[in-house]
Amino acid sequence: MKITQTPSDTTLTLVLDGELDASSSVLLDTELSNPTVLQYQKVLIDCQRLNYISSAGLGVFISHLQRFQDAGVKLVFFNMQEKVHNVFEILGLDSLMTIVPSQTEAAAL
Amino acid sequence: MKNAIRISCERSNLKVVRDFVSGYLVGLGQNELRINQIVLAVDEIVANIVIHANAEDASKHLDVRLKVADGLFEIELRDQGSAYSPASYQEPNMPEYIQQGRKGGMGMALVNRLMDRVEFSQHKSYNICRLYKQLS
Repeated sequence: MKITQTPSDTTLTLVLDGELDASSSVLLDTELSNPTVLQYQKVLIDCQRLNYISSAGLGVFISHLQRFQDAGVKLVFFNMQEKVHNVFEILGLDSLMTIVPSQTEAAAL
Repeated sequence: MKNAIRISCERSNLKVVRDFVSGYLVGLGQNELRINQIVLAVDEIVANIVIHANAEDASKHLDVRLKVADGLFEIELRDQGSAYSPASYQEPNMPEYIQQGRKGGMGMALVNRLMDRVEFSQHKSYNICRLYKQLS
């Protein structure tokens, strides 16, 4: 798993590249735990190259979502592959998290 | 087609098992979505076995064996760690999990929803978990 951060004034974009499992999700957790993340209005997760997610990966997002909401930070996923979106759907997370098709739509929120 | 592997109980081997199962299912002509679902179910159980039942002890092993008969795909996982009790399973409440900021507790829900049948058995010196999925 490779995570690339692209910060702008109000938005932090994280590009996820690889597979998010019980091993690699530790890295993502460290990134999202950084208090500076809460200074942004939006955290956008680019999932185009996210090829796999397990419950450990989902757990990282779930564990930070409320903290983000309390701080007024929107967490938005975009460019998600069908097989990865399917995992969110199986747990009903697609209706509890913000997932949009493209970066343009994510930026417009 | 290779149908069995043995891994040591380390997190880095989760991908080894995923790639093994995925390669086998590609050979059976399954589509990407179906392959991902089965691989995910296996990965969730393997992660539980490696991390919880065997405490990531690299001196311990997990044996994975795959079989297909009459379109029924079977994955057998054998280890010598502490046994999982299916009776302890609780359906996750996702809105509640989000509110509580919980990290875990969803793996078995995925497995139960993705597979047709899940069996756990304890033997004298080892545990067996068998997962079944009817292939299209």
